[in-house]
Amino acid sequence: MADTSIPNNNYAIETENLDIFYGNFRAVKEVNLKIEPQKITAIIGPSGCGKSTVLRAFNRMNDFIPGAYVKGSILFHGQNIYSTNVDPVQVRKRIGMVFQKPNPFPKSIYDNIAWGAKINHYPGSVADLVEESLIKAALWDEVKDDLQGSALGLSSGQQQRLCIARTLAVQPEIILMDEPCSALDPTATLKIEDLMRDLAVSYTIIIVTHNMQQAGRASDYTAFFTMDTDRAGKMVEYGLTEQIFTRPQHKETEDYISGRFG
Amino acid sequence: MSRETLNLHIQEIKNELLVISDLVEKATIQSIESLKNRDSEAARKIYLADQVINSKRYEVENSVLIQIATQQPLAHDLRLLAAMLEIASELERMGDYAKGICKVTLNLGNVDIPIPIKEFEKMGQLTVEMLHEALDNFLNEDVPNARLLPQKDDQVDTIFKKVEHSIVHMMVTQPEMIDHSNLLLWVAHNIERMADRVTNICERTIFVVTGELVELESKPKKLIG
Repeated sequence: MADTSIPNNNYAIETENLDIFYGNFRAVKEVNLKIEPQKITAIIGPSGCGKSTVLRAFNRMNDFIPGAYVKGSILFHGQNIYSTNVDPVQVRKRIGMVFQKPNPFPKSIYDNIAWGAKINHYPGSVADLVEESLIKAALWDEVKDDLQGSALGLSSGQQQRLCIARTLAVQPEIILMDEPCSALDPTATLKIEDLMRDLAVSYTIIIVTHNMQQAGRASDYTAFFTMDTDRAGKMVEYGLTEQIFTRPQHKETEDYISGRFG
Repeated sequence: MSRETLNLHIQEIKNELLVISDLVEKATIQSIESLKNRDSEAARKIYLADQVINSKRYEVENSVLIQIATQQPLAHDLRLLAAMLEIASELERMGDYAKGICKVTLNLGNVDIPIPIKEFEKMGQLTVEMLHEALDNFLNEDVPNARLLPQKDDQVDTIFKKVEHSIVHMMVTQPEMIDHSNLLLWVAHNIERMADRVTNICERTIFVVTGELVELESKPKKLIG
């Protein structure tokens, strides 16, 4: 990427008239969204409204889907991450992603975290990085005596925190989370939400969730998406979570969060 | 969330508020009547019946909390439930004021003192009408009328000031009547406060519809939203 050390705006990510296509189908249209740094932003909306598509566009994960392309721009430190001179691998290092289902590698806990550091030729102590990442992901105390144990032996909640630790080890600025708690029980879910709150001190977090209560509990800002008549996803309303959940400005938002549709 | 379940329970709580409001209206009129007739027996009955209002208020509170806990209402639903919690509490306090009037009836007994009963009756009538309209406006989510209704409170305030003046005059000219005159001041005060609480119900109607918490006085003032 070009020099990104000096941000030229105050937003972590800013989209300008973002359209996302899968071949001829416009899946998302005209999204203008400004993500606040070091805050948690939730994207909510009914199935098919394009919220995961938008999230995946933020670190160019859609590049892996044949025929997928974007129009408009996604600015990260003032630079469009879809510019031809931008390396998507570099984008993904700085904008990490945690997925719906915990997906640890079938390796040891230690190797799961150390893997990214090794392939990136991390100059410091990998052991320190592993410890630091596991502490940040609130997993260290539970696994420190068994770092060589298989990651697959952990509970689902622990596996998801391991995946968060693995993302943190690459030292991103933004963490994208796509339904990170949908496979977890309520206790593990609350642990992840507490962790998100701790991480938001240093990182910007964008989470896609179907769980309205989770968006209400865990986020600072909420963007509501829905599907337009042409089936393209669009952003209806964006604002402080407490405002969206108590005094939404649009009837579509009100109807969705009140369970009248979606 | 099941909309049908939530809608059903919200309707049940609305119905319960109407029942409490009806009890408060009756208690208000009857408490002033007990004073007019110096009817200790009636006063005692109304006094005891206030327990029904109190327990119904707690039932509403419990129902609202159950809906919040189990249905996770948001936006309009949440504001409505919060408003119903508040209104149940306002109604319960209004019931206490009626109970206070009955206490005066009991304390006055047959003491020979002129009671401005016409004024009390007028104040009571206006207050009950206001309460009735306020509940209608709340249930119909009628914001324009909810904004207008507190103006009626000015009529209650005007009579209150007149009554207050005459009672204070009685205290000055007939100092031996001070204790009993003071009881009459309490009656005037109680009815006047009831009307103020109707204004609070109007404020909640506006909150449910717009999300704004306003203070309805001569000039509406926006607090949040």
